[in-house]
Amino acid sequence: MTRAVVIVIALAAVAAGCEREDRPLRSEPVLNDNRDAIALATNAPGPGAPVEYKSGARAQYEKTAFHVSQGKKLFTWYNCSGCHANGGGGSGPALMDDVWIYGSAIENIAASIREGRPNGMPAFRGKVPEDQIWQIAAYVRALGGFVASDVASSRHDQLYAHEGESRLPSPPAASSQPGLAQPK
Amino acid sequence: MRFPLASPAAVLVFCLLGGCSGVQSALNPQGPQAAHLARLFWIFTGVCTAVWLAVMLVLLVGLVRRTPARTDPLRLDARSERRSLMVVAGAVVGTLLTVVALTALSYLSQRQLFARERPAVTIKVTGQQWWWDVRYESDAPDKIVTTANEIYVPVGAPVSVKLAATDVIHSFWVPSLFGKQDLIPGQDNEIQFTASRPGVYRGQCAEFCGWQHAHMGLLVVALPANEFQAWLAAQAAPAAEPDDAERKRGAELFAAKACIMCHTIRGTSAGSRVGPDLTHFGSRKTIASATLPMSRGNIAAWIVDPQGIKPGVNMPNVSIASNELDPLVSYLAGLR
Repeated sequence: MTRAVVIVIALAAVAAGCEREDRPLRSEPVLNDNRDAIALATNAPGPGAPVEYKSGARAQYEKTAFHVSQGKKLFTWYNCSGCHANGGGGSGPALMDDVWIYGSAIENIAASIREGRPNGMPAFRGKVPEDQIWQIAAYVRALGGFVASDVASSRHDQLYAHEGESRLPSPPAASSQPGLAQPK
Repeated sequence: MRFPLASPAAVLVFCLLGGCSGVQSALNPQGPQAAHLARLFWIFTGVCTAVWLAVMLVLLVGLVRRTPARTDPLRLDARSERRSLMVVAGAVVGTLLTVVALTALSYLSQRQLFARERPAVTIKVTGQQWWWDVRYESDAPDKIVTTANEIYVPVGAPVSVKLAATDVIHSFWVPSLFGKQDLIPGQDNEIQFTASRPGVYRGQCAEFCGWQHAHMGLLVVALPANEFQAWLAAQAAPAAEPDDAERKRGAELFAAKACIMCHTIRGTSAGSRVGPDLTHFGSRKTIASATLPMSRGNIAAWIVDPQGIKPGVNMPNVSIASNELDPLVSYLAGLR
């Protein structure tokens, strides 16, 4: 009896894990492409904190590992790194620090991608499908450290100081005096 | 005696034999490499069949001519002992000879398969989820040709294919022409083959590579050398300028929509390398990696709903108005 209960609980726990990898491929974007396609940020006079908009409707994008990793792939494919350099910044601002000129909410980031920003950020409205904009925004949130660690995607292989372990040459044969192996 | 399973078995065998001909069959070799493999296949099948039949025969004889149980099992009969020894020794020697002979055959065939000649054409094929990027290499930069999912080769000339992958492991296999060779991220493989006869041969990714692995096909088109050179020269040219109003509108839409984010059309502002090169898209025989035959209807279907045709494919569903679809299709179909 107890064993049956344990098995049921374990199966339920496993089944609950399936949600994280839910992959909506033909999600609403085509039908509702224009629902959020209006500029969300208003111009505020003078220095001050950016206005953050949190509708919450798109929060699912940063709670799904699939969306975040798709965003990571698109970030490379659409050459976001050309200006933002894997989040480190270049001619565009860094995305992995705590400075968010136009707000750090996913709605603000999506608006920045869709509508563009002054001094260089182009508008991708109509060029990048709406759901992909939200995926990229979710990845940018992950760069900023706002996303749960089990959802955030791992670092690119090429960002490590050395090549992937599978590409390293085989280690030299074990020395006859363990502990005295000379580094090359 | 009746065999109730005989007719389903016959149907099954005929279904399997149906796979032995056509544009994608290892048993219908169209080049020396595939011929080596087919010969090896038939030799192995013949030898293994003979071995199986011999074993079954010995088993039957043993069952039929069963010796009666002895009264004293511990009393040894020298004659039957010697006979058993002879049979076992014969079987061991026969097995060794068969294994050594088949190994030698396999080794010799491998040497032939991996023998390298000076190639007439060198092609770099990059496997991606789920299509093939094809690039004809050349020392002259303006002679480098990029296409996708279709490989044209001259008949009778050795073709060298360099294999690479950007995401996961794929495998390059055109059964009528050559055996499988993997495309591995971070490792450069190479395979050489020759097509003996003109024709169209279908290939297929042969290493499970994700959701649409089954829809990752390609075509190899073998042409006489002069026709191949004409094809290559036509492919090296930039895309044809649209000549009527509808196609001009299509070109504008291509540049204004999501298409331009991933595709290249040489001679236009589209230059992204994420998706297949579409410079001479209209001259291809298939779309979506040999998934659909080339036609206006299929192009339109693919643009409107790629996720319905190949769920999970990297081409997203993009919102396109109905009056934008026709110009786009006309433009793409006209890229010959």
